Amino acid sequence: MAIKSSSWASKSAWLLAKDLKSEFRNRYALNAILMFALTTLTVVSFSVGGGALNYRITSSLFWLVIFFSAMSGLAQVFVKEEESKTVYILKLVASPGTVLLGKLLFNLVLLLMLEIIIVPLFIVWMNLSVLNLWLFLSVLLLGSLGLACATTIIAAIISKSQIKGALFAVLSFPILLPLLITAIDGTRLSLEGENFSAGSSDLRLLISYVVVMFTASFLLFDFVWNE
Amino acid sequence: MEIGGIRTQLISVSMMISMEVKNLEKWFGKRKVFDKIDFSLREKNSLAITGRNGSGKTTLLKILCGLIRPTKGEVLITLEGKKLSKEEWGNYLGLVMPDLELYGELTALENLSILSRIRGWNPDRDKLKEKIAQVGLKAREDDLVFSFSSGMKQRLKYAFALLSEPKILILDEPTANLDEEGVSLVTEMITQQKQRGILILATNEKSDLKYGDQIIQLGI
Repeated sequence: MAIKSSSWASKSAWLLAKDLKSEFRNRYALNAILMFALTTLTVVSFSVGGGALNYRITSSLFWLVIFFSAMSGLAQVFVKEEESKTVYILKLVASPGTVLLGKLLFNLVLLLMLEIIIVPLFIVWMNLSVLNLWLFLSVLLLGSLGLACATTIIAAIISKSQIKGALFAVLSFPILLPLLITAIDGTRLSLEGENFSAGSSDLRLLISYVVVMFTASFLLFDFVWNE
Repeated sequence: MEIGGIRTQLISVSMMISMEVKNLEKWFGKRKVFDKIDFSLREKNSLAITGRNGSGKTTLLKILCGLIRPTKGEVLITLEGKKLSKEEWGNYLGLVMPDLELYGELTALENLSILSRIRGWNPDRDKLKEKIAQVGLKAREDDLVFSFSSGMKQRLKYAFALLSEPKILILDEPTANLDEEGVSLVTEMITQQKQRGILILATNEKSDLKYGDQIIQLGI
């Protein structure tokens, strides 16, 4: 066996490939996320009934759909490894940093796939017109990155607990609250057609959130993974 | 040797791997699993660990592989006299145990290939196929592991553990779930490992204890 010193990023990319291959074969998380998102979206659009809502409520509903869909599926990234007893083989072949980066990328890909389906449906069903598309997409991308970072480390923490689902929601809510408030505000500004400079403070906050969450995750993960 | 008038001495560096375990102790909450475990193993040494159910055999093996942390004490693995970091251990360890499962949604070949790449190795497809054939799974290499019997899964774990001809091979209940042919395959692998590196096995089978030069009895 040729042993070569692959980079950290390349090992994480292989872990991502492994997770995507497994996911497309059993659709363990994908189905949960998609069904939850579609159900929530249908309920929201029927209850609004095509009536015009103000932009603050619309953007809140938008992020609620994404938040609860993420809650239903993104925790599986570590829970599945624990439940199928594959966690030990992963510990044996990969360093904590490789695992965290691979799992984070997987959650991000899953979230972006969900958004590719959900966002156009939300816009059409809620009869919305996004007046500043680039601001909307920037907020969506940074919000998703923040959501993926936070849910990945929380998923690792709760994976060894007995009451995984409840604990995931309880731990996620206070950690994700600043992200959600900022993302909701940024989305509102983009729907109202405000320019980029009006949304710059929200974008800066979202970038700071991602950097802090990413750094904290890397510092904490070694303890979480090896305990 | 004289270099520029300065006398130097060539030191022959041992190419061997060694494992040293010092004062190992493990507690789960208020329950002590074991304590005062000390041993040292060099290449071509073997250790058999035995003891009743719940005496901590699997826990000790997990600590030796770095999968869990001991409450007290330490495990040192050195190669060519240089201490290996825990992240490097995986490159020199092969592990087969009931608590360790391969990915059911991947085929036998994908499991070996992708896990090797996550490890940072560059697997040769023919070599992987050869390893799978060695454990008697050639006809099932493209089948999902999910569809394998427990004996076949056990064989595949051996294929993965022995992929890099590891310096240290750790086995928990080595013949569990295996048929007669599987047992003789494992016996052959154990014999080869004893000539190549370090072998550690945990077992309740009295007949397997003969593979250990040293024996540790837990839970006395």
